[in-house]
Amino acid sequence: MDRRLSHSETIGLGALGLMSLIGLWAAISGFGLVPDQFLPTPIAVIGRFIDLFREPFAGFTLQQHLSSSLMRYLYGLLLAAVIGIPLGLAMGWFRTLDDVVTPIFEGLRFIAPIAWVPFAALWFGTGIGGPIMIIFAGAFPPCLINAYRGARFVEPRLIEAARMLGTGHRRMLMEILLPASLPSVMAGVRVAAGLGWQSLVGAELIVASAGVGFMMVQAQASVQTPTVMAGMIAIGITGLLIDVALRQGEGLLRHRLGAD
Amino acid sequence: MAAIRFDKVQKYFGRGDKRMHALSNINLEIEDREFLAIVGPSGCGKTTCLRLVAGFDAASEGSVSVAGKPVMKPGPDRAVVFQQFALFPWKTVRGNIDLGLRNKAIGFEEREKRIADVLKLMNLETYADAFPHQLSGGMQQRVAIARAYVLDPEVLLMDEPFGALDAQTRVVMQEELVRLARVQPRTVLFITHAVEEAVYLADRIAVMTRRPGRIKELVDVKSVRDAEKWNRFERIEDVMDLDSFVHLRTGIWRSLREEKNG
Ligand SMILES: Nc1ncnc2c1ncn2[C@@H]1O[C@H](COP(=O)(O)OP(=O)(O)OP(=O)(O)O)[C@@H](O)[C@H]1O
Ligand SMILES: [Mg+2]
Repeated sequence: MDRRLSHSETIGLGALGLMSLIGLWAAISGFGLVPDQFLPTPIAVIGRFIDLFREPFAGFTLQQHLSSSLMRYLYGLLLAAVIGIPLGLAMGWFRTLDDVVTPIFEGLRFIAPIAWVPFAALWFGTGIGGPIMIIFAGAFPPCLINAYRGARFVEPRLIEAARMLGTGHRRMLMEILLPASLPSVMAGVRVAAGLGWQSLVGAELIVASAGVGFMMVQAQASVQTPTVMAGMIAIGITGLLIDVALRQGEGLLRHRLGAD
Repeated sequence: MAAIRFDKVQKYFGRGDKRMHALSNINLEIEDREFLAIVGPSGCGKTTCLRLVAGFDAASEGSVSVAGKPVMKPGPDRAVVFQQFALFPWKTVRGNIDLGLRNKAIGFEEREKRIADVLKLMNLETYADAFPHQLSGGMQQRVAIARAYVLDPEVLLMDEPFGALDAQTRVVMQEELVRLARVQPRTVLFITHAVEEAVYLADRIAVMTRRPGRIKELVDVKSVRDAEKWNRFERIEDVMDLDSFVHLRTGIWRSLREEKNG
């Protein structure tokens, strides 16, 4: 970068970019360059977005769809964190576990979450289980990888200090490796949260009977483009809020740990 | 029985063409409650010696034993004080000191008492709930020493513990360590670059050769210290002015210089 921008300049430029995009969108749709079903006007979409909070669509209002999505999402993300973080830390500490798990993990992790949809539906159904598995598939790898890397790159001095103090395996994992790799683990959870949210919507396009993704599929089937776009806005905003919240959490945590 | 014993120790690093001879035939006995300092040129294997006693590395040949038992792995009977302190940044001073005690499964009340004692001993009472990054380097090293002392270890292993401190703090810590050695004598293996520090602190000094490190010379400081009554002085600079001190220091300097040049 040629020079540092001040905080307000950065925000200003960002707002400018966003405004131009919306302006372009308004111009293209407003002057009738494309049919309404292809690209409704921003006003129509925002109007629809607001309406969806009051009028149920596909059985539920937007906030009901959202909360049903968020519920699944939280379960999936929680499951990924609860399994991925301890497993990653343990792999960073126990060589044999690393040797056993790494090949399996490397073999599976490049399969996109969405590719699990058929199996997820088959094994866990289209209710709550299937979508959770897909979110899990998206969120698990970053949880595991970051915990593993965090544990592997803990300052050797600290591990030696803990060993000479007679620290056993369990305490080593919980009181040394976990806190030492917390920044890395937190970054992993943040990536996992993003990937999980993306996978969720993909999953809901196929399996589920409520949720934002489900709402969008239903809308698309009846060519209600503004509803589809309202769903996209809901997904975008929610994803952004999740990310901002986790960044805040990460910052607080770093502060507590005296990392900066 | 010696507290620490090196018996025909050889240490190699790497293998094949890259094999490097780090320690050559180290034989050394450190007595119970003895303070032994190792000095030697950079890279001669001082840290390696200490790591063998700590159990972080194993000897390629020969054996290292502490209180008659061969060293197998690290343990709280051999407490280490590192040059870079190695305090756990996410634990308070108290938490850092407590970990080793908890690992020994000592009850809460006994732990509280021992922590209070060691905090007092190291003049750290007011910092019990501070985090390491809130403390100066000298304070952090006090905590590291407290963390080691509280375990009541068989031996204390210190690898250039004051190397990261500024000159003034260093002097304070050296005097502190002498005081500590008087109130609670321990077997200490102390590594340093600074000859003065070694002469001021140690009962005996092992001078090492260049790589592969051997023990070239063992210098008895204690008999001189006792005969010349160094202990009547509180301050390091007063001791350093004594002829007997200068004489010992110069002798070791010469010995080391031969290693560096020759
Ligand atoms: N784990 C290791 N692998 C390979 N070589 C090593 C390892 N540890 C130490 N060495 C080498 O062994 C030699 C002795 O190292 P050591 O750290 O014991 O020296 P030292 O006397 O403590 O040096 P300094 O005064 O600089 O601290 C050095 O040449 C060092 O590079
Ligand atoms: Mg060294």
